[in-house]
Amino acid sequence: MSWCGQVLYSGTAKGEVLRLDAPISFWGGISPENAEVILEKHPQRGVKITDKILIVPEPIGSSSSAAILLELLYSKNAPKGLILGTNKDAILPISVLVAEQMGWATIPIIAMENPSFKSGQELEIKSDGTILLCKS
Amino acid sequence: MVEITQEEKAILNSEFGTTGDKTALSIVVKAAEMLGAKRLVKITSSHIDGCLYHGDSGVLFCESLAKNGAKTKVPTTTNVGAVNFLKTNQARLSSEKLQMARRLMDAHVNMGCTPSWTCAPYQIGARPKKGEQVAWGESNAVAFANTVLGARTNRYGDFLDIACAVSGRAPYYGLHCSKNRHAEILLDVTGLPEKVKEEDTFFPVLGSLIGRLSSDSICAVSGINWIVSEDQLKALCAAAASTGAVGLVHIIGITPEATDLRHVFNTQRPREIISIDMDMMKGAFHKLSQTKQAGSIDCVALGSPHFSISECEQLLEMSDEKKFKVPVYVCTNRHTAQQLKTQDIYSRLERIGVVFIIDTCVVVTPILPGSGGIMMTNSAKFAHYSAGNTGYRPIFGSLSDCVKSAQKGSATLNYGPWK
Repeated sequence: MSWCGQVLYSGTAKGEVLRLDAPISFWGGISPENAEVILEKHPQRGVKITDKILIVPEPIGSSSSAAILLELLYSKNAPKGLILGTNKDAILPISVLVAEQMGWATIPIIAMENPSFKSGQELEIKSDGTILLCKS
Repeated sequence: MVEITQEEKAILNSEFGTTGDKTALSIVVKAAEMLGAKRLVKITSSHIDGCLYHGDSGVLFCESLAKNGAKTKVPTTTNVGAVNFLKTNQARLSSEKLQMARRLMDAHVNMGCTPSWTCAPYQIGARPKKGEQVAWGESNAVAFANTVLGARTNRYGDFLDIACAVSGRAPYYGLHCSKNRHAEILLDVTGLPEKVKEEDTFFPVLGSLIGRLSSDSICAVSGINWIVSEDQLKALCAAAASTGAVGLVHIIGITPEATDLRHVFNTQRPREIISIDMDMMKGAFHKLSQTKQAGSIDCVALGSPHFSISECEQLLEMSDEKKFKVPVYVCTNRHTAQQLKTQDIYSRLERIGVVFIIDTCVVVTPILPGSGGIMMTNSAKFAHYSAGNTGYRPIFGSLSDCVKSAQKGSATLNYGPWK
């Protein structure tokens, strides 16, 4: 199976899916220190996003979220790739542009409507925005 | 592809401007590409969210911009930092983190930002006019600028905000364009009982409901046909922007682009019409509290967004100048604090147990003692973020509930119509 998303930041990645099942703002929702979901009552509370292909169907809230993702990129605690359900604001993708300017590692960011991937699946993101399901 | 002017091309090719200018502009252009913008738009002001310390990465980036000669090209205000400059020991940060937080704030001032350190720049004079193109960060400020002032900005996150301020430009997309500012969903509050509309908590509760119902669509609210204060609109915007990706809400008959229904929906029919009923409002109200425990509270936190002069006056009046049993943290900015001092309100509030938090707030940097407790607040934004950021579980209530609770040292809520 394969899908094609809109490339917000090009790159390649392969890894295990972690899907954030409820809307989340990275600021207040993810710890910049250990990459854990810290939002009260969030279904993924306590789960680390590091090295995952992170699916965020509904990114919301604070515009400080870019700083959290940049910190995770800088400290090498970032997810391997990010699939967002919307591209209406550049809050998360901007961190990758800054990381690029600073010469730090970057990750691919893809936008697609209603990404249906589930936690535990294995995905590969290609530089043209193709997403392959390696293991369901 | 993004269309680039001659001037922009010269900056990107290092023929004009500094290296810092080039870095900033190339970030803005790449962001424009990501967002599908066809060109950039010149802006008249900026509000920077990126001056709050979240880790060393942001400091290193901003210092590198400043070192490379980046200077803001438009009047630029700063959002809260992690440090109260006047009482630097207030934030319980390690000395290394404190130093990094200050370095980040300094880098912004070095780039030409006005050191306002507030999440409510619109209450200290940064008030772009209707139709002005600006690039603002901080979700509540963005929602306020679009909704209440009728200025045009998208939700600029950290780093893109300073990149825009240094470039004097923003990607021309989203809420910068007239065609994207029309409402899609109509929320009608006409059917709600009058009693609830008079509640102090009506606007933050309605705001958090708007955030949940709208997802990232633009909502218009109809049925508000009384005089609404700017502080109430501030509370509504902050609440909506914390529960949802809300950048603009139209309130028919109140906000500048919402003269009438026809205009707001661009003569189209709303995609969805939702009659807000009391069950929905009650649900939103109770979601703002994260503890059922009636009993002792550890503190009251006010001022997200930053408390205004009139909110401080209300607090003083409601307190009857009787002492509080628990600390009442009032978060505000240095500009407002100065005004409060000249009017003697500052010292009178301090005398009854108010702890002023200036330049920052209790939810963005560790100020509250210990690792958790119960916080009472009238701010939907504090209620939304406090548990995750501070470990303090919120109890949400009106300002008058907060005052009574602080005086008793235990949660005293007059639920009224929320029962």
